[in-house]
Amino acid sequence: MASIARWRPALLILLLQFFLLVRSPVLAISPGSVDGYTINGRIKIPVAKGFGAPVKISNVKVILNGGQNVTFLRPDGYFSFHNVPAGTHLIEVSATGYFFSPVRVDVSARFPGKVQAALTENRRGLTELVLEPLREEYYYEIREPFSIMSLVKSPMGLMIGFMLVVVFLMPKLMENMDPEEMKRAQEEMRNQGIPSLSNFLQPAAAAATARSG
Amino acid sequence: MATMLRVFLLLLSLLSITAPAFSLYEDQVGLADWHQKYIGKVKDAVFHTQKTGRKRVVVSTEENVIASLDLRHGEIFWRHVLGPNDAIDGIDIAMSKYVITLSSEGSILRAWNLPDGQMVWESFLQGPYSSKSSLLVPASLRVDKDNVILAFGKGCIHAISAIHGDTLWKKDLEADSFEIQYMIQASDSDVIHLVGFVGSSEFDSYTFDAKSGELLKHDSAAIPGGYSGQAALVSSNTLVVMDSAGSTVTTISFHDGKVTFNQTPVSTLIEDFVGKAIILASKLEGLFSVKTGTLTLFVRATVEGKLEVVNKVDYATAVSDLLAISEDRQAFAFVHSRSNDIDLTVKLGADWNHDLLKESVKMDQERGSVKKVFINNYIRTDRSHGFRALIVMEDHSLLLVQQGAIVWSREDALASVIDVKTSELPVEKKGVSVAKVEETLFEWLQGHVLKLKGTLMLASPDDMAAIQALRLKASGKSKMTRDHNGFRKLLIVLTKAGKIFALHTGDGRIIWSRLLNSLRQSATCEAPTGLNLFPWHVPHHHALDENPSVLVVSRCGPSDDALGLLSFVDTYTGKELSSASLDHSVVQVIPLPFMDSTEQRLHLLIDASGQAHLYPKTSYALSIFRSELSNVYWYSVEVETGIIKGYALKEKASDNYSFDTRSIWSIVFPSESEKIIKSSTRKSNEVVHTQAKVIADQDAMFKYISKNLLFVATVAPKASGDMGSSTPEESWLIVYLIDTITGRILQRMTHHGAQGPVEAVVSENWVIYHYFNLRAHRYEMSVIEIYDQSRADNKDVWKLILGKHNLTSPVSSYSRPEVMTRSQSYFFTHSVKSIAVTSTAKGITSKQLLIGTVGDQVLALDKRFLDPRRSVNPTQAEKEEGIIPLTDSLPIIPQSYVTHALKVEGLRGIETVPAKLESTTLIFAYGVDLFFTRFAPSRTYDSLTEDFSYALLLLTIVALVAAIFITWILSEKKELRDKWR
Repeated sequence: MASIARWRPALLILLLQFFLLVRSPVLAISPGSVDGYTINGRIKIPVAKGFGAPVKISNVKVILNGGQNVTFLRPDGYFSFHNVPAGTHLIEVSATGYFFSPVRVDVSARFPGKVQAALTENRRGLTELVLEPLREEYYYEIREPFSIMSLVKSPMGLMIGFMLVVVFLMPKLMENMDPEEMKRAQEEMRNQGIPSLSNFLQPAAAAATARSG
Repeated sequence: MATMLRVFLLLLSLLSITAPAFSLYEDQVGLADWHQKYIGKVKDAVFHTQKTGRKRVVVSTEENVIASLDLRHGEIFWRHVLGPNDAIDGIDIAMSKYVITLSSEGSILRAWNLPDGQMVWESFLQGPYSSKSSLLVPASLRVDKDNVILAFGKGCIHAISAIHGDTLWKKDLEADSFEIQYMIQASDSDVIHLVGFVGSSEFDSYTFDAKSGELLKHDSAAIPGGYSGQAALVSSNTLVVMDSAGSTVTTISFHDGKVTFNQTPVSTLIEDFVGKAIILASKLEGLFSVKTGTLTLFVRATVEGKLEVVNKVDYATAVSDLLAISEDRQAFAFVHSRSNDIDLTVKLGADWNHDLLKESVKMDQERGSVKKVFINNYIRTDRSHGFRALIVMEDHSLLLVQQGAIVWSREDALASVIDVKTSELPVEKKGVSVAKVEETLFEWLQGHVLKLKGTLMLASPDDMAAIQALRLKASGKSKMTRDHNGFRKLLIVLTKAGKIFALHTGDGRIIWSRLLNSLRQSATCEAPTGLNLFPWHVPHHHALDENPSVLVVSRCGPSDDALGLLSFVDTYTGKELSSASLDHSVVQVIPLPFMDSTEQRLHLLIDASGQAHLYPKTSYALSIFRSELSNVYWYSVEVETGIIKGYALKEKASDNYSFDTRSIWSIVFPSESEKIIKSSTRKSNEVVHTQAKVIADQDAMFKYISKNLLFVATVAPKASGDMGSSTPEESWLIVYLIDTITGRILQRMTHHGAQGPVEAVVSENWVIYHYFNLRAHRYEMSVIEIYDQSRADNKDVWKLILGKHNLTSPVSSYSRPEVMTRSQSYFFTHSVKSIAVTSTAKGITSKQLLIGTVGDQVLALDKRFLDPRRSVNPTQAEKEEGIIPLTDSLPIIPQSYVTHALKVEGLRGIETVPAKLESTTLIFAYGVDLFFTRFAPSRTYDSLTEDFSYALLLLTIVALVAAIFITWILSEKKELRDKWR
């Protein structure tokens, strides 16, 4: 059994779940010796479908009352805490990749064997101590796949885009203008003397030719 | 324009809420962080090398870790950290596939699958008494085809089935103070002997039938001369003990129902014997060892009870247990440590004259002496026996020695970090690069080819790893010099072993390590324990040729009144500059904000009698301190009596460097209703950027910022026990904010139906604490913010102009400013082990809490989630300010775990250190594992991110330049055409 458990923990849990559905519900709290009770429970981790590798059942820890007791899971997902005094206790599950709600468990001295468990996150009562993760946890940001849009949207992309517009579309717009109007606009521009790039570079070029000549 | 700005701000704040500040892509793991796994000081080891396949050794440690190590490289195959109260008493391997552990004083027996560490079964052993425990896995004992494990614990002996952990039989010894020494299986029989002592004078032996659990015999006899300490087993029916005076060796033989004693004075074994001798616990054949002072004697015990010394050694020695190397031959090993190397000797059974193996291994002096040795054998190709030895050294390191060489070593002292401080690295000198990377042309070319492959998506996974390594190397994060951003530092780490390590923040490698001489066990100092590290000498900018140093404060024993020890260590070289044994105890160390002429920081050490001692003991330091004497105050929190006391200093005439203290105030908590469980203060080196906090409607609030703020939490004595032991009606938690100079209680708040444990962090003007709410049965976190009301009316511009403000008045504890506090509570899902807060160089960057959860992860939580001004429906103005609508519980976003998918097993503390870059803080979390990362609480707003594409920037620039030229040419041409027209 152990060797099966080693290779196929997830499958085994599923199988066991099936069997346990058929069987009567498991007793969660049993009277132990004089000074304490035993809390039995089970962790059910669904077969990982989302991200990352499936969680190894051997790396799951079950923690009673914030570290007072720590226990591990058996291959079938069961755990137990022994020698627990009567009172209200808190069970937490630490499993990388899953978010478990802490569970409040009432161990009653008057009604030994009575199960009183509730998830503290959503106050849902549990008829038996079977804990399931509320959600999967993925610790990394998911990298967006490479796309042209992201490149275009980046500041560089925008700069290049703007430049292309200026270089190629602006002359097109100018061409489409009425030649009369165009002339007028050019006239105006000349009169206003807006320094164009060529004007700006001309004196330097002239000076260069003068020197060489 | 204003609305635009508002919308922008709103967007920005929304954006920063929804996206966690810390988030990592999976391929960025390991770029800025590192994680190291340790196991702790090894207590016990079992080899598993019989079968072909992976050879391994299973170890249990003092950090309650059980681990399976690769015998070839020393890496961890699997590891489990048991609970803090679940100390492992014994380990063994059963049926060569299960690892059996006995823990919690012999009450929990677990079986772990050897290849992968999966727990197979768990048995709870019950018994009426608490006692020592012992585990025995008999090799050949079977009951109904089932292997049997024998465990003694809680006054009962249990026989457990190895396959499924069921109890086969159980026997109560009905002896409440029986302390077991050995559980022995008589050779090839089903008879089990239990030998031990009751009190310090009675010897008891029980004999069981292992198959049925029937008690065959019980012998009891008073030991003449009493008994002390440990016992050595010399044969399956002979035990050797030392009497209570430590001067006579008693041989106890229990054979056929008779117990006989034979006494031999130690002085007959060694001539000039004085003092006390100790017998080292061992299980050898006809041999045991006695330690007298520095000398270790190997003594042979014959069947008749005669003792003779076979060897005397003047070095620290460790002896292994017997190892069966063949059907009828057994071997054992012992190791001496001399100054620079260790001698490993393997001998055959009782045959002292013949050595199976004698080797000498060079050993680093920083590892101290040998503490434990475990041996294992293998068959060489020439069919002779080879031996490998697993050695535990004084510094808790673990070594495997084989064929005269150290095959691998592990620095497991790092699993027990006590304190951490950081030190700057040396500045890079011009011309001389400290970390000079020699690179040949070929390597350079190879690197570029690899990089090209990577960009062309042609690289195999191996190539990708090589590229990653190259990138790491190129980023220079492991260089031994200071960097511009202040990311590279040295982490100076003090461990329980008394060893100091310097770790590089870039990759976590050990730069130097030093086993402090003053922290080693010696005649004057029985059990030295390290307490704290303090920066002692931090050279300023113009004296960078000097090396910084740290002060290590420790004491000679676990109690408060043990004598103190000081040690000064150079942080660049690890050299112990000097050390001092103090003539007083150390209860508290107060680093003072003054330097003496050589830039040594002044420290005040408070001893158990309330005297204060000044260090360094120089006249210049004294003159500085004298002038500031009236400004030095300190306080003490006495948990047992429930008193907090404030003290001032007064001059004492006799001794120049010590001062008397006088009590100036005290707060006494009524012991019937309150019990102190937590006190916490601000970090003394925390930087606060601004005192004013601008709130939504152009208004300002002034933070009450005082270095002397003390947070104290008390609970009802009934509720101070474990969780589940008290009802909500009889438990309460009261928190106080106290000014430690005047003893003024600034705030007192009661949480009814709440209970500890309390974890708290104090920073700037706020306190955040975590506790358990019994009514809701959930954990809660509360925040208290404290504001200075006396400055509240400084907002009027006219007052500022006319000078009618008190902004220039100094902040002093003597003035009693009106304070206003605000508080709010939220549910939090997990138990918390430790809380810290990020700290940055200038304190401008917003803060995040770092919460060490019970699952050994570190969660970053924005401080804005713990803002008392949160409300269910924040107004528009408040939303713009970044106030988050109130929810009843704090969110846990998986992407904001700074430890991402890793765990810092056995997490104990989180340390934050500011980098030079304002946006960034360095986080070091320690427990059994170590984890370090860089963290930007408000993202890296002052530097480009790692994935910034320089290539794209370059490409854009080139494209722009090209475009400029093209357009220029085009326009030239056009102009020419126009002119011709």
